[in-house]
Formats: sequence, structure tokens, C-alpha cells
Amino acid sequence: MNILYDERVDGALHSVDRAEFLHTLQSRLPDLDILHAAEDLKPYECDGLSAYRTTPMLVVLPRHLEEVQSVLRLCHERKVPVVARGAGTGLSGGALPLEKGVLLVMARFNKILEIDPAGRFARVQPGVRNLAISQAAAPHGLYYAPDPSSQIACSIGGNVAENAGGVHCLKYGLTVHNVLKVEMLSVEGERMTLGSDALDAPGFDLLALFTGSEGMLGIITEVTVKLLPKPQVAKVLLAAFDSVEKAGRAVGDIIAAGIIPGGLEMMDNLAIRAAEDFIHAGYPVEAEAILLCELDGVEADVHDDCERVRVLLEQAGATEVRLARDEAERVRFWAGRKNAFPAVGRLSPDYYCMDGTIPRRELPHVLGAIADLSAEYNLRVANVFHAGDGNMHPLILFDANTPGELERAEAFGGKILELCVKVGGSITGEHGVGREKINQMCAQFNSDELSLFHAVKAAFDPLGLLNPGKNIPTLHRCAEFGAMHVHHGQLPFPDLERF
Amino acid sequence: MSTVLFDPAHGSDRSADLLARVQQAIAERTPLFIRGGASKTFYGRPVDAQPLDLAGHTGIVSYDPTELVITARAGTPLRELQAALERGGQMLACEVPCFGDNATVGGMLAAGLSGPRRPWAGSVRDFVLGTRMISGLGTHLRFGGEVMKNVAGYDLSRLLAGSLGCLGVITEASFKVLPKYRCRVSLRQAMPLQMALDKLGEWGQQPIPLTAASHDGSTLYLRLEGNEGSVRAAAERLGGDALDDSYWDDLREQRLAFFDDPRPLWRLSVPALTAPLAIEGEQLIDWGGAQRWLKSSADADSIRQLAAAANGHATCFTPGVVDSPFQPLAAPILRFHQTLKRNLDPQGIFNPGRQYADV
Ligand SMILES: Cc1cc2nc3c(=O)[nH]c(=O)nc-3n(C[C@@H](O)[C@H](O)[C@H](O)COP(=O)(O)OP(=O)(O)OC[C@H]3O[C@@H](n4cnc5c(N)ncnc54)[C@H](O)[C@@H]3O)c2cc1C
Ligand SMILES: Cc1cc2nc3c(=O)[nH]c(=O)nc-3n(C[C@H](O)[C@H](O)[C@H](O)COP(=O)(O)OP(=O)(O)OC[C@H]3O[C@@H](n4cnc5c(N)ncnc54)[C@H](O)[C@@H]3O)c2cc1C
Repeated sequence: MNILYDERVDGALHSVDRAEFLHTLQSRLPDLDILHAAEDLKPYECDGLSAYRTTPMLVVLPRHLEEVQSVLRLCHERKVPVVARGAGTGLSGGALPLEKGVLLVMARFNKILEIDPAGRFARVQPGVRNLAISQAAAPHGLYYAPDPSSQIACSIGGNVAENAGGVHCLKYGLTVHNVLKVEMLSVEGERMTLGSDALDAPGFDLLALFTGSEGMLGIITEVTVKLLPKPQVAKVLLAAFDSVEKAGRAVGDIIAAGIIPGGLEMMDNLAIRAAEDFIHAGYPVEAEAILLCELDGVEADVHDDCERVRVLLEQAGATEVRLARDEAERVRFWAGRKNAFPAVGRLSPDYYCMDGTIPRRELPHVLGAIADLSAEYNLRVANVFHAGDGNMHPLILFDANTPGELERAEAFGGKILELCVKVGGSITGEHGVGREKINQMCAQFNSDELSLFHAVKAAFDPLGLLNPGKNIPTLHRCAEFGAMHVHHGQLPFPDLERF
Repeated sequence: MSTVLFDPAHGSDRSADLLARVQQAIAERTPLFIRGGASKTFYGRPVDAQPLDLAGHTGIVSYDPTELVITARAGTPLRELQAALERGGQMLACEVPCFGDNATVGGMLAAGLSGPRRPWAGSVRDFVLGTRMISGLGTHLRFGGEVMKNVAGYDLSRLLAGSLGCLGVITEASFKVLPKYRCRVSLRQAMPLQMALDKLGEWGQQPIPLTAASHDGSTLYLRLEGNEGSVRAAAERLGGDALDDSYWDDLREQRLAFFDDPRPLWRLSVPALTAPLAIEGEQLIDWGGAQRWLKSSADADSIRQLAAAANGHATCFTPGVVDSPFQPLAAPILRFHQTLKRNLDPQGIFNPGRQYADV
């Protein structure tokens, strides 16, 4: 089933006269940058999931809150869908445009409004890049903890919309744990504040609900994030293993010993080789798996924990344990991991990045099953894994120019996600559902659960104008998707009308 | 693991009965008042409705310390949960208040209250990973799960935290748990409030393993937790007299003498470094300044204005003092509360009016 918007199963979209709509927008907002020529729209056809492209009706690049409000009001008046976009690094097609919709690019809202070192917060516009916040806070010895690998490029607005994670989130939390307050515009352009300058706000926790809502409930216009003091020291241990199972067991042993590392990452052999070729991080290329374990905090504690972890790793059967000798080597160890995606990208014309999560104890079983699927679909897989929190990133290698390979990669990916659900995990740990995993949502949630999601959406956006077709599938889509996966002659949604 | 952490056979699954009760209430449009251990009945507005008791729906469903996750049915006593975690050498890092022996897992999540460690470790909502709930559409649903990271669909589990049972019946919840700290030191230092707030602002920018800070008007109380090395070093650096750790339990459970004052009890949630608030009555500072308990007979409007002027909000913890214990909501936010409530609980059967009269 193609993932591009399909009005038949995703819901009808209202059509407007493009020229007339453009004219109205131009006359109401003469200063607004609007892109409408085919060549200008091209760069906005996709986000980081570049295999899927749609040309938007128009792209708008506002600089002022009032412009965003006016765009939203006009779109609401004309029932035109609005897809928000930050930096466009999303990997699930969350910012994939609609032919009948406006793409609202928030990237020009790129000012850091306030850094309060004593209050330990930063107030920024949504287009500010993730890393720029930590850079601005650095002179005060502070930083913003969530560090997606895309942090040099992705925007904080996109991070909030995706509830982005990073390699340090087992200890320091996801975006949702590090945001204090969000200023929003409703679908009708009304301003509201979620959360507060204090640690909580009265009423329902709408801030938590909006975090990770993928641009479906409102437009983020300002974000206040928590800043943390930079750990005094950080040390990294690199451990090599001759089996993935042993590496997986070592992770459990570290946690069982009462140690929560700042980062705990695993890579399998193909990923190790790819990263080593690309970055020359000094990884042991013969190892079946490596673990990178970062311990950070106060000098004395880190020293103790390093010793504890080293013993645990050796007991778990590590063939080699290395402590990064200095900061340069520590940075190199991490560079290999942080560049794993592009490194794997050099092995193959295309790769498809999965994002399932599993209970950690299921790791050997799931990796084994992925290896079997890899043989079945005849596509290679490299595994990169936020081991501490059970978030897997299998990277499926394929060549889109070879007929049928993209479809095979998609089908393979879908199977991996369904496997994650089966062992009690989730189809997405940090990249979001977007458009990419819309069908797998039908495997993770039943129609009653999806109905409640739709009820939430309808409370904020009754006409369904914000990012339609993303995040939550219609029951009709699930019925069709289910029809392709008939189990024991039983359709998953027997009570639904078929199309 | 050689030690038995919990008995999976202990407890009973009453979810089928609970679902039937809710479906009947929806059909008859008879409101329900959801009760856990009823330890927090004082909190929020009174509800005139048929009680729906969760107390029989008990038992720890799973707990694996290496996964850092515990799952329990909503009626499970918090004490039972905490005992299992204790055996596993772990804790709910948000340090929830119990207010008696009866508090339940569901009540804890629905009340959303957190103890002294909150500013450093996070709140109840930060640790909830998944829930099962009975919705106002008469369905029994599962959101989130037992994994640390999960961004599939909207985060209903966190929305239920602090919702006081107004959006549905929680039947089961999973929480992220953390290892207990190896070392703890509590200290006291005589010092005026403004000076204490200045110090806290300064220490907050340094890697000091603070996990609690309270002030009673004349004395600053501090707690350090972590590994031996960092805690000892910080204790030496900060200085002060030894304080018994039980201070933090008494603060969390509201057993300090401060709470005996007959005047109404208010909770002011404000930015931590807000200058001392000038208002009639006594104050006790928790959360490093971000939570200020106030015993005062000042009128509700003045207290609310004071909190709002500091970019915070005020909640009345003494029943019967004001009609709306929670700070009134801004107009668009109130409207979205109403539409959300209407969409998730169309017959208005769950705890009507408990949080706000018109939600
Ligand atoms: C001295 C004292 C001080 C107190 N201070 C506080 C305080 O600071 N903050 C505070 O919140 N409480 C306080 N309480 C009261 C308290 O009633 C708590 O919130 C408590 O942890 C709730 O646990 P419980 O199981 O007893 O919940 P209950 O009191 O039974 O319920 C608390 C709320 O959650 C709802 N609820 C319970 N279970 C569920 C469920 N399974 N699904 C959906 N909703 C549910 C209830 O309808 C109610 O609105 C205090 C009580 C005392 C005696
Ligand atoms: C090489 C690479 C590595 C990556 N590593 C990680 C990682 O480690 N962890 C991780 O979590 N992610 C990672 N990502 C994914 C991506 O960077 C994140 O999802 C990021 O949060 C997206 O931010 P963005 O600004 O690019 O958003 P976009 O891609 O532009 O948009 C993402 C979603 O947010 C919505 N949105 C954007 N701005 C707003 C706004 N102002 N208001 C409302 N909705 C908005 C969009 O509608 C869309 O649904 C990686 C991506 C790449 C390419």
C-alpha cells in the first residue's frame, strides 16, 4: 500500500482554486514569503524520508507570529490543510506535504530569546537548531540534554513535535522531560500557553499531550527548555564482543548493578565496519558487537563507576574493554556512533532506517529474527541500537533503482515493526509515526484505541486540517491494511465497511 | 535473580467487572466517583456520584529490575509497590506522597503529586510509560507500554497523570524505576530565605548532587544523593549540620509541625527563584523554591494573584475553603479542557466537576 496520501482511505480533502488562494494570501500578507513556482517548491517535496515526495500547493515562510496566525485563519476559513515543517530532518515523513495543502515552514523563527543561567532555562523560537541552544548555554556551563544525532540541523519545534530522543536519554530523558513551556497557535490561530515557568500548570497536562503530537494539534511558536549543568567529566568505555547476545546481556548486568550510564549504545558488525571505514574511530572491526558506555558526572563517581562497569563487561565475556584515554578519543568513539547512518549510507545507494523499541531482554531473539528476515528478503541490515533504552535502529540497505527493492525494503521494515509490537515494544521510539508507519499503527493499536486518538484530535482540530493523514490512521485504512494480512481467515476490523 | 521481588499470584484482576460497571453507567448516564484508596479525597472538588472502587483490582503484574520497569493494577497499594521496589534495590524516583496506608497506584497517577526530589528527578508524569484505561466510550484500552521510548500515537498515559480521574479509569500502569542511590546525606544551615534562594540559583549551575532543598523561614534543608565520592565531597563543600533523613518523609507526607497550623493550606507552584512572597501567614519552601506551602487566611483571590504575578499558580489543599481549589484556566485552555472532556467522556460520567466545575 503506497504511503502517499490517498483520499479514498485517508479521508477527502477540500480543494480550493490555487491561483485565487495565492492571490488572497498575497493581498492579506504582502510581506510574507510565499513559494509557488515549481522549481521553488522542489526542495520542500520531502523531509529526511526522501523516498517519498509530494509537491505542496504552496510553501509559506513566515517571520512573524501574526503572519502565522493570518495563514492559519485563512486556511481555516477555506478548509485548506496545513502541514508544519521545522528543519525537515524528520525520518518518518511527518513534514511530507500535501498537494492540496500549505506547507508552513517555521525555520525562520530562529532567535534565542532568553538564556537564564540562574533559572536554568532557555526561551527560544521554534526554528532554533537543537545544538544552537547548547552552544548558547555553554558559556554558563549549561546545556540542553536531548541530543538527537541530527542536532546540528533539526529544530527545537520539530523536536517537541516528535518528542525527539538522543544517545543520552536513558539518564537525561526525552524532549518531554526537558521542556517547561510551549507557546502554541490553535488551528484557528488562537494563542495559548502549555506548561508554565513553574514546574507544573493547573488542569490536564496538555504540554505532555502536545509533545510528540507531530503537528496534528497545533503550531508551536515558542519553546522554553530546561538547561542542565554540564557534567564535570564524561568517560567512555568501548567493549567488544564475539556475540550480540553477550553484548545484550552485559547491558542488563550494568543496569542491574544500579548504574545508569549517560549513554549506552550498541552496534553490530556491519555497522561497526561501516563506521570504521568512514570515521576511523578505532573500532575493532572483527567484533560481532560493540558497546559504548559513557559514564558522566562528578569525577570521583565516574571513576568508581568506570571500574565497576569494566568488571561487569569482562564478566559478561567482552573480548576487549577500552577506556577512551582522553577527550579526543572519547569524541572519536562517539563520532563513529553518531555518524553511523551516513556511514551505512556509503555501503549502499539507499538505506531505510527503522526505529522500533523492545524490552531489552528480547534483544537476542529480535536480532535473530531480523537476521532471518534479512535472508528471506535478500537485503542486508546494519544494526545500531540505543541499548540502554531498548530503541533499535536497524538500517535496511537497498537500491531504489533496482525494480522492486524499495517495496521489498518497505515490506521487510514493516515486518520488523510488527515483530517489535509482538514482543511488547513499539513501532517507533523517537522518529515518530508520520506517514511512514501509518499502516503499522494498525498493528500496534486496535480500533477502540485508534478511536480514542481520533477523539483527542477532534477536540483540538475538529475539521482535521492540521497535518491530515499523519500519525493516526483512519479505521478505513486499517481495514484495508488488515485485509492484506488476514489471519486465520479473520479480518481484524470485521465491523467496518469495506472499500 | 535469586530474591523473590513480588508474588504474581497476589492480587486479583477485576477489570471485567469494572468495564461492565462503566458501560452500565454510560448507558444510564449515571456519574461515577472513582476511588483508589480514597486517601486524597480532600484534594479537589467534592463529587456527588456512585463510587467506583478500584481497591479490589490489585496486584503487581510484572517487575524486572534489569528492564527498569514495574507494572501494577491500579488498586495496588503504593506500599506494596514500594516494598517490591525496595527488594529490587530500586525506587520511584519522583518520591510520591502516600498520605496514609491506603494510597493506590492509580490514585498516585491520577493525583500526579510528587515529592521533594521532583525538580531534580522529575514528576509522576515523567515516569509513567504506559497505562491501561477504561474510556468514556466504554472500551478498555492500552496506551504506551513497558518500553522506555514510545512515540506511537498521542501520549495518553502522560495526559492521565494528574487528570484526577476526569478522563477515564486507570486500570493498570507501568512506570520507569531507577536504582536507589548508594549514598545520602542531609544537612541544615541557618540562613534567611533570600540568601538561600540565591545560593540555590548558584549551586544549580554546578554539578552538585542535590536531590532536595527546603526552607522554613530561618533554616535551609538540603539533601545530597549519589555515589559516595560526590556526596561526601559536596557535603564537605556546602557545610552545615547533620539532618535526619526522616525530615524529607515528614515534609512529603505533610507531617511537619508547619502543617498543624489551623489556617487553610495552599500550594503555590512558582519559578524556583521567585523572591520571597509577601503575604499574611507562614510559608514552607520545597522543591528548591518551586513549591511553596502557605498557611494563610488571606482571601483566595489575593493568593491567586500573587501566584499569577510570579508566573505560577495556586492550589488550595484544605477542603471547603474555596469552590475551585485549582487556579482558574485561561479561556482557550479552559475551552480545550471542555472539548477534550466531552470527546473522551461524552456522557460526563467520570468524576464530574472534580477538577473544575465546568469540565
Ligand atoms: C494529610 C493529607 C494530605 C494530603 N495531601 C495531598 C496532596 O498534597 N496532594 C494530593 O493529591 N493529595 C493529597 N492528599 C489526598 C490524596 O487523597 C492523594 O492524591 C493519593 O496519593 C491518592 O491515592 P488514593 O489511592 O488514596 O487516591 P484517591 O484519594 O482514591 O483518589 C485521588 C484522585 O484520583 C482519582 N483516582 C483514583 N484512582 C483512580 C484510577 N484508578 N483511575 C482514575 N482516577 C483515579 C480519584 O477519583 C481522585 O480524584 C492528602 C491526604 C491527606 C490525608
Ligand atoms: C541523520 C539523522 C539522524 C537523526 N537522529 C535522530 C535521533 O537521534 N533522535 C531523534 O529523535 N530523531 C533523530 N532524527 C530525526 C529528526 O531529526 C527528528 O525527528 C527531529 O525532531 C525533527 O526536527 P525538524 O526540525 O527537522 O522537524 P521536521 O522534520 O521539519 O518536522 C517533524 C515533525 O514536526 C512537525 N513540526 C515541525 N515544526 C513544527 C512546529 N513549529 N509546530 C508544530 N509542528 C511542527 C512537522 O509537522 C512534522 O510532523 C534524525 C534524522 C536524521 C536525518
